[in-house]
Amino acid sequence: MKDFDARGIPHTTPRQSATFSQDINSDIRRAAATGIYDIRGGGAKRKVPHFDDLLFLGASISRYPLEGYREKCETSVTLGTRFAENPIELDIPITIAGMSFGALSGPAKEALGRGANAAGTSTTTGDGGMTPEERGHSSKLVYQYLPSRYGMNPDDLRKADAIEIVVGQGAKPGGGGMLLGQKISDRVAEMRNLPKGIDQRSSCRHPDWTGPDDLEIKILELREITNWKVPIYVKVAGARPYFDTTLAVKAGADVVVLDGMQGGTAATQDVFIEHVGQPTLACIRPAVQALQDLGMHREVQLVISGGIRSGADVAKAMALGADAVAIGTAALIALGDNDPKWEAEYNELGTTAGAYDDWHEGQDPAGITTQDPELMKRFDPVEGGRRLKNYLKVMTLEAQTIARACGKNHLHNLEPEDLCAVTMEAAAMAQVPLAGTNWYPGKPGSGY
Amino acid sequence: MQTFDLEAEGLRKLNAQLHAQSADTNQTVWDIINPKGSHAIAVGLDAPIEVNVRGSTGYYCAGMNKQATVHIHGSAGPGTAENMMSGKVIVEGDASQYAGATGHGGTLIIKGNASSRCGISMKGIDIIVHGNIGHMSAFMAQSGNIVVLGDAGDALGDSCYEARFFVRGSVKSLGADCIEKEMRPEHIAMLEELLKRGECDAKPEEFKRYGSARKLYNFDVDNAGAY
Repeated sequence: MKDFDARGIPHTTPRQSATFSQDINSDIRRAAATGIYDIRGGGAKRKVPHFDDLLFLGASISRYPLEGYREKCETSVTLGTRFAENPIELDIPITIAGMSFGALSGPAKEALGRGANAAGTSTTTGDGGMTPEERGHSSKLVYQYLPSRYGMNPDDLRKADAIEIVVGQGAKPGGGGMLLGQKISDRVAEMRNLPKGIDQRSSCRHPDWTGPDDLEIKILELREITNWKVPIYVKVAGARPYFDTTLAVKAGADVVVLDGMQGGTAATQDVFIEHVGQPTLACIRPAVQALQDLGMHREVQLVISGGIRSGADVAKAMALGADAVAIGTAALIALGDNDPKWEAEYNELGTTAGAYDDWHEGQDPAGITTQDPELMKRFDPVEGGRRLKNYLKVMTLEAQTIARACGKNHLHNLEPEDLCAVTMEAAAMAQVPLAGTNWYPGKPGSGY
Repeated sequence: MQTFDLEAEGLRKLNAQLHAQSADTNQTVWDIINPKGSHAIAVGLDAPIEVNVRGSTGYYCAGMNKQATVHIHGSAGPGTAENMMSGKVIVEGDASQYAGATGHGGTLIIKGNASSRCGISMKGIDIIVHGNIGHMSAFMAQSGNIVVLGDAGDALGDSCYEARFFVRGSVKSLGADCIEKEMRPEHIAMLEELLKRGECDAKPEEFKRYGSARKLYNFDVDNAGAY
């Protein structure tokens, strides 16, 4: 481009609009070409206040640390201590979130079970029911009770180590799902009682209950069917965390699973993922407050999900009051999803490693989010399980490292006092002081 | 016959005793007295036993039933026989909303009327209603049959898949993608068997058949107005 025009007047630097960015413009062009909104997998990609905006203070004169590798820092957690005869005891406070057989291949589900088993934690079914492989490879399996009830049956319900009633999902609070026809293999179709090749809609709300009073009765029914043996979780999206946590506890939940907007989905509208729900960081303190107001903090366990990536995230979520966390997207990446080694194929699909999110289309080069037999062959469940185990172990070691530095001999002993925030937004959401101050927006008595 | 006083002995004991029955149990007939609208009565059964509930029930009576016959001698609350897998549930009175929701198999017979969302998301169950059914019945129904000797309310079979609906009376309106279909000989034969199973005094020829037009099976933006 020339620096001057024909009259010798300098060109101004071409300036992209912050409002009409290249990303936005490509969305407009896509919409204009197709007449339909964009559907994708994953969670919110927009930048929101997150755990990265928090820092641990570490030990000082008033707090002494524990010796790394020498002094013990416990990581175990028991979920479902309120009513269940058999609570779930986990070695680490990092669980595998619900992801369906259908959205994921059978070998990918097997790998999740193998990895979780080896690390001493639980995995979770998803829409579509429980497969024998998944049950066989997961010593602790949480069975999701979803609005669609695809594959739901009392035999599997009784085989589960816990039941998770799914009310909402962080990627799409108030939304259902869609498994496109190209992922509906014979087996997926049979498990869901639907013809092969059709788009399978998953309902946004349960067919036989509405509201908290009904939920209490539904929980009673499930407890009666399973003879009060297994914990019942209630999973809610990060919409109204204070009230949803309160209502779930009052309805009789043993565990509340709270999924922020960075939590992934197999498929929903991009506009839904990016514009509905609250960031994970904003959800934790209101949920913990609800538990404390009810006198139920630690009595009803809180599991946080949505954008957990490292041991630091785990430690921060727990310092804010969570009892455990769940990972979904991070687990898929550990298995090999979005690996740069498939870059050429990602390019063929019009994307790049790290950005691939068309999980619903079934063409995953990594062979994880697909039902295509040829693509599935690329994924080795044993190796995948090993990688997931390694990743879970690293996260645990990282969280322990931080906890010891804060003088804590159990991850559960981390507390908000161990944290500060580097942004005003994060300080307000996490209700921890802005770094260098003793203040956060909204602090009682601060006048702000 | 075993008689169980629900008011005196409590729900937990009842369901625990019913769950303890195996395929070769001698305790094949149970009479439950004083149900008084309690929820979750006789849920999760899995034995070929007969349970008579002497009165009306609350939510989810006979939920997830397998093999058992549960006979409600009264009216039934919401979600009766929800997610039933097999067996039979009979309601002598009326049934509240979501009767037979998501049921995978078995037969639900309602001698009175059924409220809204009867058979919602059903996956193989057969539901036979001697009276009328309410609005949004068979919403997203996947498979199985609903037989209605009376009338159907608004939006019958909205967004249904392969389920069939046989209605003798009027249908106030059909839901998205639900249409009237031809009654072929195989449907007459199927309905004849269903009517017999449901102890109905009606002839198959008096019914009309409804089901999916299958136009919404794969998302198409040109059909967006129908969703």
